[in-house]
Amino acid sequence: MSKPTTPTHAIDVSALTHRASGQIDFEQEDICLEVQDLNLYYGQKQALKDINLHIPAKRVTAYIGPSGCGKSTLLRCFNRMNDLIDVVRIEGRILLDEQNIHDSSINVADLRRRVGMVFQKPNPFPKSIYENVAYGLRLQGVNDRRTLDEAIEKALRRAALWDEVKDRLTENALGLSGGQQQRLVIARAIAIEPEVLLLDEPASALDPISTLKIEELIYELKNNYTIVIVTHNMQQAARVSDYTAFMYLGEVIEFGDTNTLFTNPQEKRTEDYITGRYG
Amino acid sequence: MNSNKQDHRDMNHSAKNWFKSGSPWVWLTAAAVSASIIMVAGLLALIAVRGLSHFWPTPVMVADYHESDTRTVHIIGEIRDSESVPLARLHANGETIKSDSESITRYLLRVGNRDIQGLDFRWVLKPKLSQQHYPDAVMVIERREWGNFYGHLQAIKEDGKVVKEGDRAWDALQQRIARTQKIFSEIREIEKDDIGAINYRLERLRLDERHMEIANNNDADDRASISRERAVLQARYKGLQQKLVQLYADIGRDVLVAKTGEGRVVDIPLSKVVRAYRPNAMSFLKKCLFYAEKLWEFVSDEPREANTEGGILPAIFGTVMMVILMSIFVTPFGVVAAVYLREYAKQGPLTRTIRIAVNNLAGVPSIVYGVFGLGFFVYFLGGSLDQLFYPEALPAPTFGTPGILWSSLTLALLTLPVVIVATEEGLSRIPKSIREGSLALGATKAETLWRTVLPMASPAMMTGLILAIARAAGEVAPLMLVGVVKLAPSLPLDTNAPFLHLERKFMHLGFHIYDVGFQSPNVEAARPLVYATSLLLVLVIIALNLTAIAVRNHLREKYRALES
Repeated sequence: MSKPTTPTHAIDVSALTHRASGQIDFEQEDICLEVQDLNLYYGQKQALKDINLHIPAKRVTAYIGPSGCGKSTLLRCFNRMNDLIDVVRIEGRILLDEQNIHDSSINVADLRRRVGMVFQKPNPFPKSIYENVAYGLRLQGVNDRRTLDEAIEKALRRAALWDEVKDRLTENALGLSGGQQQRLVIARAIAIEPEVLLLDEPASALDPISTLKIEELIYELKNNYTIVIVTHNMQQAARVSDYTAFMYLGEVIEFGDTNTLFTNPQEKRTEDYITGRYG
Repeated sequence: MNSNKQDHRDMNHSAKNWFKSGSPWVWLTAAAVSASIIMVAGLLALIAVRGLSHFWPTPVMVADYHESDTRTVHIIGEIRDSESVPLARLHANGETIKSDSESITRYLLRVGNRDIQGLDFRWVLKPKLSQQHYPDAVMVIERREWGNFYGHLQAIKEDGKVVKEGDRAWDALQQRIARTQKIFSEIREIEKDDIGAINYRLERLRLDERHMEIANNNDADDRASISRERAVLQARYKGLQQKLVQLYADIGRDVLVAKTGEGRVVDIPLSKVVRAYRPNAMSFLKKCLFYAEKLWEFVSDEPREANTEGGILPAIFGTVMMVILMSIFVTPFGVVAAVYLREYAKQGPLTRTIRIAVNNLAGVPSIVYGVFGLGFFVYFLGGSLDQLFYPEALPAPTFGTPGILWSSLTLALLTLPVVIVATEEGLSRIPKSIREGSLALGATKAETLWRTVLPMASPAMMTGLILAIARAAGEVAPLMLVGVVKLAPSLPLDTNAPFLHLERKFMHLGFHIYDVGFQSPNVEAARPLVYATSLLLVLVIIALNLTAIAVRNHLREKYRALES
């Protein structure tokens, strides 16, 4: 857990977000994901309580909050990763382009193709760099060499990795450094052109320089993708996100414009957290 | 006094410290490892020395042996063993020998000439031997029957007439042996390969005909083609037989005349001679060459004389082939079962029970698997297969009798738990993050398994297979019920279509050891072969395992898991 951010840091934020303080005016944004009355239980224990959220398209939305507050769990709801856990029970609706992702007509694999995800620890497959990026495309039946070559170069360029790996695409991905691996994983995720990119503490296992690169990358990527990022690091949230939600004990306490949330929190608990009084 | 006490306390203290430091524990554990290593190395050294020394030409002793006060015989033989016997025991056995010491030495002599004396080996007491010497001229003949012959060469006869005598006979002998060897291998080739193939095809024709009879097929064309083919085969057979008659006449041309230790003169046809040599006259280099030749014969030839002579190639072949077949059966089966248990089955009490049951299967005595294999595979499955697909051969069974297929299936069953456990272990070690990474890219569970999880678990599967091979290659008991025999007439793989004969019985190194060591009519002669065969079995298992380990290391390198 990093040192708590003092409101003075938010001064940089205003430069990044170019947004006046105040409540979010969702009228001005396209809504990509909409969460309605979401409750999630691990067996008997309730992990998410009555979540209602809008996630604007082509923006970066960050979730912050102390450990165990449910921000990763919420993130994993968007691509139904929680399905893998037997004891999880979900109530409520999550709309992606106005369609409930829990609908029986939705194919989970299709959903995950549309909603990509990058995990906390880099998890490249023990294959070549090329095959890692090609993985999702091959799953869709793309096997034409030229199509793959182009898509892979594009994805790696977007992930700002191309120049570093273009001469060793056939080498094992596990030979890359941690930061490179994480960018490779991002390239792998964007190679299949998802609509939404979920980032689950993507930089928490990386050194400061790699973290910086990832943050720059997120800033670039938001032109094309809706990005939802979970982070422990409040400076990071302040630096990269347009909107921030503060979660505490399974509830969304406050959700708003990043600038406003950090400079002028409406809730006492938000203020306590961002000023480091607990967390 | 005081300082003494102090010393004592210090000593106590330092002993306690030494104990606390953990050194005794280190010593204890290290000693256990050393003891294991020493035992394994000792075991290997023992079987290697005992087995490999068998092929070295032993000097042949000639001596007078005073069997009793009145009877003295001239004996020729190799000293194979010696031991010291208490005099009292000898006296109890009716021996009247006198000596100052408590015990006397006796030798185990390999005297050969089983056809004349009835015994290959005899014990002789050292004090009763005199005139021991090792003459160059003494000759050992390895024969195809009746074991070794020891004696002196006198002459060579061609068509009943003496052509060479004395020393000149020896030089001529080697050439003539080479000639008969050549004819002999020609005969063997014709009998085994050519006539064997003809017999095989004639048998197939007979079965085809029988099949038509059962199916009530009276198609004249089919019948005609069968009899035509049969006529062709029979003509070829006649031709070969004539050639054989000629060859048999040729091979019987030369006969050697030799004198035994007791002075009896015997005729030995060269067709019965494998090789003749004079060990006492051999130089070291010659002995080395002889050794290499014998060793090569051992690994590359077929057994002779109830397996006590010759080579063990069919047993090596049978062992390796059985293990390979077993691997082919057990790996996919075990992997698929493990994938279901680990990936698809709901992890509840039922799955746990199944898992425990599978693990316990590894503890079932192997002979039980043999009984099961005989009852289920051989009689039930094999019998049904015969009824369904080979009715023409009945009542002679085709698959309804022990064979290599059933042996490898039985051993596959026996080793299945090992593969399942190892594969499950491997599957459970694949990091969750890798699976999630694949799923998050839109892969289904099956796609994730095929593209990522199974390749990454392949080293673990290989570990399972390595353990399975190690267990299966050394297993003998179940095989005795489901397919191993003392002497298989033909290998399960040959040039007769369909080349792979899974219904055939086969030879196995493990069973060979048991057979040679304990079921042989000539146990003394076979004993070194037990060691040599054991060594070879160990080497074969090591070779099979090293192959599997090499494959596994390659896979490991390829699918190096994430460093966590």
